[in-house]
Amino acid sequence: MSRAANHTAAQPGSAFQWLRIGLFASWPSSIATVAILYLAWRIIPPFLDWALIQAVWSSEHPSLCRELAGKGACWAFITDKYRFILFGTYPADQHWRPALVVVILLGLYTLSAARTTHWWILGALWLAGLALIGVLMWGGVFGLSQVENERWGGLTLTLLLATFGLALAFPLSIVLALARRSEMPLVRWLTIAYIELIRGVPLISVLFMASVLLPLFLPAGVSIDKLLRAQLAMALFAAAYLAEVVRGGLQAIPRQQEEAAQALGLTYWQRTWYVILPQALTIAIPPLVNTFIGFFKDTSLVVIIGLFDFLTTIKVSLSEPTWTGFGVEAYLFAAFGYFLFCYPMSRYSRHLEPAHQESLVRER
Amino acid sequence: MFGHLDPAKAGAGQKNLTAAFLAPRLRPLLYQILLAAALCLAAWYLVSSAAQNLSDLGIAAGFGFLSREAGFAIGETTLLSYSAADTYLRALAVGFLNTVRAATLAIVFATALGVLIGLARLSTNWLVAKATAGYVEVLRNVPLVVQLFFWYALITESLPGPGDALHPFPAIFISNRGLVFPVFKLGPVDGWLIALILLAVLIIVAWILRPASAPTAHQQIKIPVALVAGSAATLFVSASAGIEIEYPVFSGFNFTGGVSLSPEFTALFVGLTLYTAAFIAEIVRAGILAVDRGQFEAAHSLGLTQRQVMRFIVLPQALRVIVPPLTSQYMNCTKNSSLAVAIGYPDLVSVANTTINQTGQAVEGIAIIMLVYLSISLAISALMNWYNRRFALRGNRR
Repeated sequence: MSRAANHTAAQPGSAFQWLRIGLFASWPSSIATVAILYLAWRIIPPFLDWALIQAVWSSEHPSLCRELAGKGACWAFITDKYRFILFGTYPADQHWRPALVVVILLGLYTLSAARTTHWWILGALWLAGLALIGVLMWGGVFGLSQVENERWGGLTLTLLLATFGLALAFPLSIVLALARRSEMPLVRWLTIAYIELIRGVPLISVLFMASVLLPLFLPAGVSIDKLLRAQLAMALFAAAYLAEVVRGGLQAIPRQQEEAAQALGLTYWQRTWYVILPQALTIAIPPLVNTFIGFFKDTSLVVIIGLFDFLTTIKVSLSEPTWTGFGVEAYLFAAFGYFLFCYPMSRYSRHLEPAHQESLVRER
Repeated sequence: MFGHLDPAKAGAGQKNLTAAFLAPRLRPLLYQILLAAALCLAAWYLVSSAAQNLSDLGIAAGFGFLSREAGFAIGETTLLSYSAADTYLRALAVGFLNTVRAATLAIVFATALGVLIGLARLSTNWLVAKATAGYVEVLRNVPLVVQLFFWYALITESLPGPGDALHPFPAIFISNRGLVFPVFKLGPVDGWLIALILLAVLIIVAWILRPASAPTAHQQIKIPVALVAGSAATLFVSASAGIEIEYPVFSGFNFTGGVSLSPEFTALFVGLTLYTAAFIAEIVRAGILAVDRGQFEAAHSLGLTQRQVMRFIVLPQALRVIVPPLTSQYMNCTKNSSLAVAIGYPDLVSVANTTINQTGQAVEGIAIIMLVYLSISLAISALMNWYNRRFALRGNRR
């Protein structure tokens, strides 16, 4: 009864009535509103005071940070170390190269997200872009000085690990997803074993395997460097998860599509390439983007095997005597950095979800 | 396409033989034989080079090292006593129990918090819905390692020392040495109490495992309530006889008495719980949204109250959507607890890593890690499948 009464009393349009429905609809609701407002009042102003007003921004007087410890945040440490956090130990006079690489990567991400370019032009652009990135990072040609990959680092390395990892994992995941549906029992069993094994163990153990076990299994004299080993391990790990997402897309395609294509006389590969995969991958895009976000976050685990990614460079900067003890600021900054990449991706994935698309169509 | 190539007729002639060879029934077999051969070859090559490398390094393959003395100390040995003089096997067992302890606690608390936040996200209160949505977005879009580092830094750098520990509630102390709170200690006369608690647990288990005889809604609610109330009363009555509360006391440099959680465990527990809760909240929200709008309306029109609608109409249907992704979230939580190694909590991965570094038994060490996590995953999956079957539609029971 009271619900109905509320409904008629509350005509939309007035701010007062919006407050009444949105914040004070019932006693429990009012209590929750007051509690949240009280908490916000207790937390937000002191936090802003610490993080912005009292904070130390300039790295010229590191001692100021110590004096203000507890009262104001010490962002000076980031202004001091930003080049290391962005580019690792890449030679300082060559920093334009990783900077350009980051710009190219961001351009490719945006172009792919827009979904206006035809897929094979996009594919060609990706291949060209990745090749260009390789040339820029390594150098040694076109008069660029050679830079060993031990010196790559920072945000650049995080983006490279994520991008090249996915570039390797995605094609592999399609093969795995198809193999898991194969009619050949041996192929199917092996794929299931691989996917379930990888999904059953933590990424850490796969990374340990790459850093400790792989050298043991290679014949004497053959060695793969640490970065490449980690990159391969991450790609093999991601492929198992992506394969399950792709399989979900494949399962969503009605059987009749396959049968109709078969009736037209198309071979297995023709059916897969022209009929099944384009539909399945389109369906799978939102969950694929979610898996990409997870993978992007997972690159931060290389901190444990000691590669100098975004997180590791921040952690290492903290070990300098001048900046020890400012972990809270450092990791808030790291969190902010990762959030800056992951949040737009998650919004994008939600924007692509069928429910959302339908509502868009309906609004139009 | 190859319909006209009948293998039965392909007996004579080179042309027919080739055709038969390409026939769809034989080709897959050939592929599989080739695949098996290639795999065997690769495996043989890898194993032989590994054997060569191991013998060059002077490492004997096998699990014999497990009975040797470990020689390293472990910071947290709550569930199993351990000293550096114990064996590697015992060290790994301690690590395993530490993993189980962190993961179980995180799963329990994350489920409670996640359900709460998931429901709050659907609140008609604008502020509640927005605040919880913000929580979910922030927590889900920041890597767990970063969050663990953050909590660990917050505990060890920003909190006061044990001398002037924060004291939000009576007898609870928060300092840079971790969290200390009072604990129930069993007194000397507790045989009866333990027997009673065991009996209560047995009755509850028997009730849960009873044959699915579809009890009425009335019974379904009354029986567990009666059981919980009964065991609570038992506990309360026996408390006066045998249980006493031990309060932590600050003496010298640290606290004695009560339960003390290390900064490493506290950071891992807080980080893992808050992170997993954000994912569970989304699962719960999606599960409730998946229940058809008409179901709510029909239930309301029958005159059921808000609570009854939730309890008898929405939740049973939502649980069917919620349980499968919840299962994989529980497995993720267990696997994510391995990130403990980053902040120095001695979980299985951390202990195994130390063992590998000391003994060089990398193959065995990593095999143990993988085997343990696989078994935990399988156990969680079996448990949740069993639970799911109880909630599945009658027709869908397999």
